[in-house]
Amino acid sequence: MILLANSLTTPAIGTLFWSALIFVLFFLILTKFAWKPILNAVKSRDEMIKGSLESAAKAREEMLKLQSDNEAIMRKAREEREGILKEAREVRDKLIFEAKGKAAEEAEKLVEKARAAIESEKRKALSEIHEQVATLSVEIASKLLGEKLKQTGEQEKLIDNYLKEINFNKN
Amino acid sequence: MKTRIVIGFFFFLILAGTTISAFGQGVEEKAEGKEKFKASTYVLEHIADSHEWHILTKKNGESVVIYLPVIVFSKESGLNIFSSKRLAHGQKYKGFRLEEESDLKGKIVLINEEGQVDEENLPLDFSMTKTVIGMLSAAIIGLILFLFLARSYKKTGISHPKGIQSFLEPIILFVRDDIAIPNLGLHKYEKYMPYLLTAFFFILINNLMGLIPFPPPFGANVTGNIAITFVLAFCTFLITQFSGNKLYWKHIFAPPGVPFWLLPVMIPVELIGIISKPFALMIRLFANITAGHIILLSLICLIFIFDSLALAPVSVFFVIFMDCLELLVAFLQAYIFTLLSALFISLAIQEHH
Repeated sequence: MILLANSLTTPAIGTLFWSALIFVLFFLILTKFAWKPILNAVKSRDEMIKGSLESAAKAREEMLKLQSDNEAIMRKAREEREGILKEAREVRDKLIFEAKGKAAEEAEKLVEKARAAIESEKRKALSEIHEQVATLSVEIASKLLGEKLKQTGEQEKLIDNYLKEINFNKN
Repeated sequence: MKTRIVIGFFFFLILAGTTISAFGQGVEEKAEGKEKFKASTYVLEHIADSHEWHILTKKNGESVVIYLPVIVFSKESGLNIFSSKRLAHGQKYKGFRLEEESDLKGKIVLINEEGQVDEENLPLDFSMTKTVIGMLSAAIIGLILFLFLARSYKKTGISHPKGIQSFLEPIILFVRDDIAIPNLGLHKYEKYMPYLLTAFFFILINNLMGLIPFPPPFGANVTGNIAITFVLAFCTFLITQFSGNKLYWKHIFAPPGVPFWLLPVMIPVELIGIISKPFALMIRLFANITAGHIILLSLICLIFIFDSLALAPVSVFFVIFMDCLELLVAFLQAYIFTLLSALFISLAIQEHH
């Protein structure tokens, strides 16, 4: 038994030869045709996963950035809109105010003109009336004089009446 | 589901094989009459290498064996290749004989003209023994498995692992992420990955095949053979020495901080250290696997030692228990061998801190 055990712990040359041959061939064949393609495939997959995770994180970041950018742009646009509206309102108010003022002025001017025209027309009319009245009265007077001057006494009364009337009209 | 079937099949093989070999042995014992059963002979015959593959012994004492090719080289007749059937039962063939007694038991010897064993002129035995056949089968199974795996990677490309990939890829990744990268570093590990993977799977497949006792080529004690563990450890040794950088050799021949008068002591100590590391690898694997086989066979032998069938359930129960343990050991020893190989290489390639 001890002898057998002894042979157990003594490597046999044949087994050494065959195991070295088999192991080295096993190693060479597997290295060339199995380990390299397998490890490369696993590695490229790992890299792809890593790369896609990274790009996903980047995309998320960019999206957040875009979102905040969008918000800023929106806020700015809203502010601008409000500003434009306010300005427009101011311009409108100003325009209206100015237009109102101008219109009033014009109207006043027109009224003034009209008044002046009326005044001058009135005067014209009055003077025309005066003339008419004078001629008419002269005619009337001449007619009346023709009849009444025949009766004495009546003459003086008539003249007084006329004079009174004229004075009144002149006023 | 598939995995469960595979595991189930594995245990079935273990059980079936155990029963069959036990049956064979039991018959042999009966055939020889009430001669006392020698457990040590039975166990050691299994552990040791052999030129034939014993399957079972019939009731009439005849053995069913697979005769393996014998390849011997002697100075006189050169290279001789013949079946071991020619040497069965102590026959002489071409002057060769398979010793069955004496301290040369199990070895092929030359017989001189006087009919004596020529002890000074032993032939070189390159036979395809049981161990070699077992190892060759494991290598072929490994090649088929991994070449198939590599092909499936070409097919699936970079998509998720499918089929056999999902079973083997975690193991490959385990070797890469838990053995190679932590020890060798992220920049240097790739160079050593093929060796580490080869060593890991070679040991693992051989360990597992050794656990399945039947039919041949399963059940050979391959990783429990010192020659094979020697070759494996020697490969690690060579890779370590050839990867060794300046710092590594400086630490051996001019250890920093050691006074010069201590160098005659230190250098031999360091050189012994170089040898002892792979030596430990060799002994660890050999001893663990051999011990496992011895325990399993001894438990079966209990039935014949006590010569009682009533003991069989107890024995079988313990054998199943030990098989589970040995399954763990099969993985563990492959892991430890690979881990320590990576560690020894890393010690040789490490840079200044």
